[in-house]
Amino acid sequence: MDSKEVAGWVKDAQAAFLSAGDLDELKSARLAHMGDKAPISLASRSLGSLSPDEKASFGKVIGDAKAQIASALDSATKKLENIRDQKVLLEEVVDITLPASRMHRGGLHPISIIKNEISDFFIEQGFSVAEGPEMESGWLNFDALNIPADHPARTMQDTFFIEPLESGMVLRTQTSPVQIRTMLTQEPPIYIISPGRTFRADELDATHSPVFHQVEGLVVDRGITMAHLKGTLDNFAQHMFGADVTTRLRPSFFPFTEPSAEVDIFFNGRWIEWGGCGMVNPKVLQTCGIDTDIFTGFAFGMGLERTLMVRHGITDMHDIVEGDLRFTRQFGMGL
Amino acid sequence: MRAPLSWLREFAAIPESVSAEAISDAFIRVGFEVEEIITQGADLTGPLVVAKVLAIEELAGNKKPIRYVELDCGEKQSRFVICGATNFAVGDLVVAALPGAVLPGNFAISARETYGKTSNGMICSSRELGLGEDHSGIILLPANSLDVGSDAIAALEINDVIFDIAVNPDRGYALSIRGLAREIAGALNVKFVDPVDALKKLEFKKSGNGVTPILEDGASVFYLRTLSNYKADALTPLWMSRRIEKMGMRSISLAVDITNYVMLELGQPLHAFDRSKIKGNLRIGRVKKDQKFTTLDGQERNISPQDLMVMDDNGPLALAGTMGGLESEITSSTTELALEAVRFDPIAIAKNSRRHKLSTEASRRLERHVDPSLAEYASARFAQLLIDLGGATHVDTQHAGEPRFAPVVKLDPAYVSQVLGYSITPEKIREILSVIGCDVDNEFNIDPPSWRWDLTQPADFVEEVARMIGYDAIPSLLPPRPKHASLTWSQKRIRVISSALAARGLSEVQTFPFTSDAIIESMGYVNERAKTYRIANPMSEDFPVLRTHLLPGLAAVASRNIGRGAKDFAIFEVGSIFRNSKDLVTAISPDLDQKPSKAKIEEIFDSVPVQHLHLGAILVGKVEDTSWRGSSRSYEWSDAIAMAQEVLQLCNLKFTVTRSDFAPWHPGRCAELQIDGKPVAHAGELHPRVVEQFSLPSRSVAFVINLSALPQSPRVRGEGVGAMPPALQDVALIVDEKVSAASVESALRKGAGDLLESIVLFDRYDKMGDGKVSLAYSLTFRAPDRTLTGAEITQAREAAVAQAVKDCGAILRTA
Repeated sequence: MDSKEVAGWVKDAQAAFLSAGDLDELKSARLAHMGDKAPISLASRSLGSLSPDEKASFGKVIGDAKAQIASALDSATKKLENIRDQKVLLEEVVDITLPASRMHRGGLHPISIIKNEISDFFIEQGFSVAEGPEMESGWLNFDALNIPADHPARTMQDTFFIEPLESGMVLRTQTSPVQIRTMLTQEPPIYIISPGRTFRADELDATHSPVFHQVEGLVVDRGITMAHLKGTLDNFAQHMFGADVTTRLRPSFFPFTEPSAEVDIFFNGRWIEWGGCGMVNPKVLQTCGIDTDIFTGFAFGMGLERTLMVRHGITDMHDIVEGDLRFTRQFGMGL
Repeated sequence: MRAPLSWLREFAAIPESVSAEAISDAFIRVGFEVEEIITQGADLTGPLVVAKVLAIEELAGNKKPIRYVELDCGEKQSRFVICGATNFAVGDLVVAALPGAVLPGNFAISARETYGKTSNGMICSSRELGLGEDHSGIILLPANSLDVGSDAIAALEINDVIFDIAVNPDRGYALSIRGLAREIAGALNVKFVDPVDALKKLEFKKSGNGVTPILEDGASVFYLRTLSNYKADALTPLWMSRRIEKMGMRSISLAVDITNYVMLELGQPLHAFDRSKIKGNLRIGRVKKDQKFTTLDGQERNISPQDLMVMDDNGPLALAGTMGGLESEITSSTTELALEAVRFDPIAIAKNSRRHKLSTEASRRLERHVDPSLAEYASARFAQLLIDLGGATHVDTQHAGEPRFAPVVKLDPAYVSQVLGYSITPEKIREILSVIGCDVDNEFNIDPPSWRWDLTQPADFVEEVARMIGYDAIPSLLPPRPKHASLTWSQKRIRVISSALAARGLSEVQTFPFTSDAIIESMGYVNERAKTYRIANPMSEDFPVLRTHLLPGLAAVASRNIGRGAKDFAIFEVGSIFRNSKDLVTAISPDLDQKPSKAKIEEIFDSVPVQHLHLGAILVGKVEDTSWRGSSRSYEWSDAIAMAQEVLQLCNLKFTVTRSDFAPWHPGRCAELQIDGKPVAHAGELHPRVVEQFSLPSRSVAFVINLSALPQSPRVRGEGVGAMPPALQDVALIVDEKVSAASVESALRKGAGDLLESIVLFDRYDKMGDGKVSLAYSLTFRAPDRTLTGAEITQAREAAVAQAVKDCGAILRTA
C-alpha cells in the first residue's frame, strides 16, 4: 500500500459519486467507497500494525484521502438532493386551494358573545357578575323595587304570572331581583352586574320578543353620585360602540331609581335609546336594610338584544331567537 | 298626550322666535319625550275659503254618488264643483280649496273637466287638509260661525305645531295642557299663567235644588254641579272643536265636548249625566252583588262589589272614572245636567280599568293621580263654559269630602349636590322648586304643589332640580374602584365548555323555555321530569307550561334548520329548566319600610323553586361537512357519549358510565354518566319515536348535562412524571356480549395495580358467535423510579387478566 494506491481509491470514489444517478445509487457508492469493507477503511484499520514513523506519515495520507472522499460525497449529495427536490416540486404538486376544513363551523350565540364581552368589561372595572332565578318571587321582582301592587308601573310591563296566582311567582320581567337578592345578603360596597334572561308578554315581532336578555349594573358605596353613573355609562358605551360614541341622559321614571334617566347613545349619526338608569331609590335601599345616611347607589339596565341589534345592524329579532345556524355562525366566537 | 303649540302659548309665553325643534329639545331636557312633531299646514297653500252650499245637483249614472255643487265663496259669481261626499245639505258651511291651492301630498287644485262638468275647486275633508284621519265626509263648519269667503286656513287654525309627548306614569299632571305648559315655560324660562288662578274667582252657590253627592268609598272629594236650561242644539264653537281634533279626539256635542275640553286643558276627567235620568242622590261606592251594566260604548259588562261605581237610588250609572253608562248619558234632548268631578283613588280606578280591560282618557289620568283641587275648579270651568256657550243656568253646586294633599317634606339642600355630584346653591334649588310650584320656607320645608303627588321624599326633589338644570350639567366620573373581581368558577366553567363545544363545530342556540303537556308526554318524560309550572297568561295556548328539559326545544330548532336546508350539524344550548319539585306557597310579602328578618329572607328565597342549569346538544347527519374527499360517517350514539364525557374531562371530574333507558333516548343506546354515584349526564341515540316526531335524520344523537349537579373541580396536585420508560403489554379477552366494556376495564385496572399507567381498548371483535365478543386491550405499565423488569411486567399483566376472569368471566384469548 502506497500513496499512489490511496490516490487511486480517492479517484475511484470521486468517479463513482459523480456517476451516481440518484440518491439511492449514491448510497451504494458510498457503502462501496466509504463503508466498512472499502479499501480506505481497511487501510485505516491496519494503521495500528505499522511502526510509529510509518503510522505518522501514512496516517496523514489516509486522513487526507478520507477528507477528499467525504468532500466528494458531500458535493454529490447536494447535487442529487437538488435534483430530487426539483423533481418533487414538479411531480408532487397539489392544489392547496382545495377546501381543507371539513369540520362543521361552530360558534357561540351572539347573545352569549355580547354577554361575555360586557361581563369582561365590568369585571375589569371590579364588578362581579351576579345571577338569579328566571322564575322569581313577585316580592323580589316588584314590591322590593318599589313597584307595589296596582301601581301603574306594573301595567308598563306585561308580566307572565305562574299558577297558582296566590304564589305571586312570575317570570322575572327584569334582572333587578338579582340586585335585591344581592343587597339583602351582602353589605356594601356592592359592585355588580346582572346579565340574564327576562320575560315580558310581548308578541314576537321584528323588535320585540317575549323572551329577551338584560344586563343591569348596581353600585352601592359611600359617596356614590350621579356623576359616577354618567362616567360608568360613558365608559361602557365607548367600550361597546366605539371611542367616538357619546351618551345623553334624559329625565325619566322608574320606581326603583330617583332621579331616573334614559340613556341614549349617538351612534351612526342619530340618537338611539339604549337603556334606563338612575340613583337607587332610597326606599329600595331601605327595604334592603342599607343605611341611606351612609350609602348611595346607582343602577342601570339595558337590553342585550337591543345592544346587539344596534351595534351589528340586525333588523329582525326573529334572527336572534330562531336558532338558524346561518345567522349564528356569522359571529363565530365573537373575536 | 298631544300638545298644540297654539294652546300651550295660551298659558306659556313662548316667543315666536323659538323653533319647534328647540321646544321639543326643551321638553326632552326636562323629561318629556317628544315622540313626534306634527307640523300642520306646512304643506298646504291657499286659497282655502269658507263657502256656503247654494245648490246640489245629484249626477246619476255613476258607480258612486257624485254631486255637482254650487258654492258661494264670497266672490261675485258662485262656483260649481264636483264632490263625492254626501254629508252636507244646502245652506251648510264648508271648506273649499280654489284653483291655485296646493293640498298636502303636493296635490294641486285646478279647474278641470270631470263627469261632464267643469269643477272649479274642491270641497275638503279633514284628511285632505292634513288635519286628521277623518275622510268619511267633508268638513262641516258650524252655521253662521264664519263669514263666507273668509280664509279657512286662519279660521281653522290650521297652521300649528303639535307635539306628541310620552308622559311618564309618575307625572299624571302632565296629561293636560296646563301641566305641559308649566313644564315648557319652566324649561324655556318664560312666564307661565296658571288657568286655575282665574277659576278660583268663579263662584257657584249651593242651593240644595240639585243632585246631592254622597261619597262612600274610593275618592277623597266629589263635586256635583247641577245645571238646567241647556240648549241641546247649541253648537260647539270652531275654536273648541278644532282644539279637540288637534288632540286626536272627535267633536261630539257641546256638552260632551266641554267635558273633554276641560279634561284636556286641566287634566281633570269629568262626567256629565242627564239629570232627568238620575233618581235621588248620586253616590260613589260599590254594588252589593254581581249584576249587569251597560257602558256607553254599548257593551254589557258584569260588575261586582270589587268595582267602584257611581250610582243613584236605583243602581249603577257609571263605572267610576272609567266610562259612563248608556242609560244616563247626555242625548240630543238633554236640557238638565249633573256634572260629576271627582278626585278618585288611583288604585280603585286602575282596578276598574284592568278588570274590565277598558283604558279610557279618563281612567288613564285618574289612575296617575289628578290634582285634588281640580274637582272644584274643573267643574267650575265646565259650568262657566256651558253657561257661556250652551245658554245653561247654574242650579246648584254641592260637594262631599275634601281634597287631600301631599305632606310637607324637609330637604337638606346639601343632599342635592351629594347625590348629583356637582355643586348647586340653595338659592338655585329654591328658585327651581318654586318654578315647579313648590312653596319652600327658610328651613327648606317644602310644600309640594297640589298636582305633584309624586314628591314625597328628598330624592324626588333632587330629580326636579337635576332635570330643570338639565342632566347635561352632571359631570362624568368613574366611581372608586373596588379591589378585585372575577367570574365564579361555575361561570368560568360555562364559558370554557361553551367555547370548547363551539370550537368542536357545535353552534350555540337559545330557545324559549315554553312547552306543552303534549310535548312532555310525547317525549316520554315521567315523574319529576314531567311535572312543571303553568303560566297563567301564556303567549300561546300551545305552549302554556315551562320546560323540564332542553331537548324538545333543541329538537325543534334542529327541525327548523333542516326545514331551511341544513343537513349535517350540531347545536347546543345552555339554559335553565323548571321542574315542579314542590308546591308553590302563598306569596310572602313582608313590609317594605324595613329590611325583612333573616328568616323571612330565607323563606322568600326558599319559596322560589330550584331551577337547574342544563347543557343540551343534538347532533344530526354526518360528522363532517360534505367534502371532495368523500362522504364522512354519520353521527352515532358513541359520539354523543364521547362529547358528554369530554365535557366532564374538561372540568377534571371523575365519572363512571352505566347503561340507562332514560327518555327521550333509545332505551338500548343511552349512557348515564355518574359522579359519586349521582347521575349528572345522559347521552346516546335519540328514541326513534322522537326522531320521527321532529323529522330528524334517523339515528340522530343527543346529550344533556346537568351543570348544576357538577361539583367544583378539585385543585390539581401536580404529580411528577419521571423519565422512566413505559412497558407495553397487549391482552385479548373473550367475554359474554352482555358484559360491559366498562366493567372489563375496571377489572383490569383493579388487577393490574399501581404500576398500570393507562389502558386502551384497541380492538373489539363481535363476530365470535355464541354470544361472545373479543376485547383487545393495550396496557401501559410504568414505575416512577426504575425501569420495570420483565418479571414485574408479566406478573402485573397476569394479575390484571386474573381479575377480569374472576369479575367478568373473561377468557384469555391466545394467538
